Amino acid sequence: MLTQRNTLDTVGLAKRIRLHALRMTSLGGTSHIGSVFSMADLLAVLYGRILRIEAASPQWPNRDRFILSKGHAGAGVYAAVAECGFFEVSVLDSHGQNGSKLSGHVSHKGVPGVELSTGSLGHGLPVSTGMALAAKRARRLHRVFSLMSDGECDEGSNWEAILFAAHHRLDNLIAIVDYNKLQSLERVEDTLRLEPFVEKWRSFGWAVREVDGHDHEEIARCLEAVPFAPGQPSCLIAHTIKGKGVSFMENSVLWHYRTARGEEYEAAKRELEGSS
Amino acid sequence: MRDAFIRQLAGLAKDDARIVLLTGDLGFGVFDEYRRILPEQFINVGVAEQNLAAVATGMALEGHIAFTYSIANFPTLRCLEQLRNDACYHGANVKTVAIGGGFSYGNLGFSHHATEDLAILRSLPGMTVVAPADLWEVEQATIALTLASGSAYLRLDKSNAGRTDRPGERFELGKARCLREGDAMTLVGCGGIVAELLAASTALSREGIDCRVISHHTISQVDHEAIASAAAGTGGIVTVEEHTVTGGLGGAIAEWCLESGVLPRRFRRIGLRDEFATVVGSQDYLRERYAMGADAIAKTVRAMLGAER
Repeated sequence: MLTQRNTLDTVGLAKRIRLHALRMTSLGGTSHIGSVFSMADLLAVLYGRILRIEAASPQWPNRDRFILSKGHAGAGVYAAVAECGFFEVSVLDSHGQNGSKLSGHVSHKGVPGVELSTGSLGHGLPVSTGMALAAKRARRLHRVFSLMSDGECDEGSNWEAILFAAHHRLDNLIAIVDYNKLQSLERVEDTLRLEPFVEKWRSFGWAVREVDGHDHEEIARCLEAVPFAPGQPSCLIAHTIKGKGVSFMENSVLWHYRTARGEEYEAAKRELEGSS
Repeated sequence: MRDAFIRQLAGLAKDDARIVLLTGDLGFGVFDEYRRILPEQFINVGVAEQNLAAVATGMALEGHIAFTYSIANFPTLRCLEQLRNDACYHGANVKTVAIGGGFSYGNLGFSHHATEDLAILRSLPGMTVVAPADLWEVEQATIALTLASGSAYLRLDKSNAGRTDRPGERFELGKARCLREGDAMTLVGCGGIVAELLAASTALSREGIDCRVISHHTISQVDHEAIASAAAGTGGIVTVEEHTVTGGLGGAIAEWCLESGVLPRRFRRIGLRDEFATVVGSQDYLRERYAMGADAIAKTVRAMLGAER
């Protein structure tokens, strides 16, 4: 029997994830804050309303698996699992510090609640596919959610997995693409075009929906409806804004790299604290 | 070796539903019997080695013992980062099996020569690297790697040294096997090329040069006792591998010897030296051509001993 975790206030959770990640990356001198803000609402809805997980039992066999494939946004996942009670929120401040287990790119070692270590792109979805296949074969009911970036879809390994998941009818697998339209140096459109993106996933045999990746109700409605079609893996393409929540970070590649410090940190914090 | 591996794995998998075999679309006809009896424990992932290694990791993290199968460098170098980040970092029970060690696919050309795999895989933390010499070692290594926790690489070969086990002998990962006694020199090899070591030692013994022959099947773990004994009790150590001399078996033994202060009287590594095979031919032909066959080994031993006589 699966249990549903208590529903959290996802708006408050998203705000806390953003504030934690801002502080963590600032203290740790790490980067990718824009990438965390881009997916913070997706994380809040997943951890607040969707994932069946138990903080008291991180290895509970029937838990949903959440894999962060865009491992560079690891600060967001550390913040989310700490907020869910997997470890003390105070531990977050060690992020990126000498001797810390909380690396810039997400790592599971010694970090309860983190399922898979990533950081090199194109790894999360293929491993998730193996996890989903194993669950299917064992007739287990948990789901595997894999959150990936748009730039990451340049990686050929993902398309190997996308073929495989559809062939094996893994409808317990959900890929969520944080489609913020910016990648490492410039716009996705100017780097390696993904469009027509929805059609690509569909033509590979996935059931696809699109969503405003910052609208919690819409995200929840979609993720509560998985699988989108029986016998097909689900893909949720979430249209997002990189750096969402801090005006001077939004839609800027700079904040893929820059660490907010001093006045910039204070200004970002004020904006996030003032948001509803 | 391939058939011995599959037979052994099928025997194990019948009694252990955790075992799954994933192929990267290779092994025509090889898996027929395995698939007939264990259809649920077989997956052809397709020509997609990155996904092969990653799916195996995902399944292993969910409790499976996942064997992947392909040829030459495809299940290793093509997806090296998946082995490093996904399998090894997570300590996953992923057992990578490659048929086609060294020059097994000699006439197919350089793309199919696996001649750097041991060195590269040996450098991965937590990766157990095994190159069996004979059919018994293949069977035993398959059992041992199934029982051992963590990631492993099993390098199989077209050639083999027959069956060299003694009645009641027990196989242990990391424990080298002495196949022939002798004190003039110790020949240490891994993989099917150990047959050439045995042939070389037979030829040398006719000349009164009795060599010790060791199958050092576990490359990732130097057998300290066997190597220290060879250094102390024989005229020197010659390592032989169908592989580059850089970082493989010879490199591992040399590293350990120097660091431990165990100094063989003489030491020589036989293998490729910073080169690809640019001609093709049978496995035997290429061994001779690249000076690692029985004749070349015997010649090396004679020269090493003669130089000091």
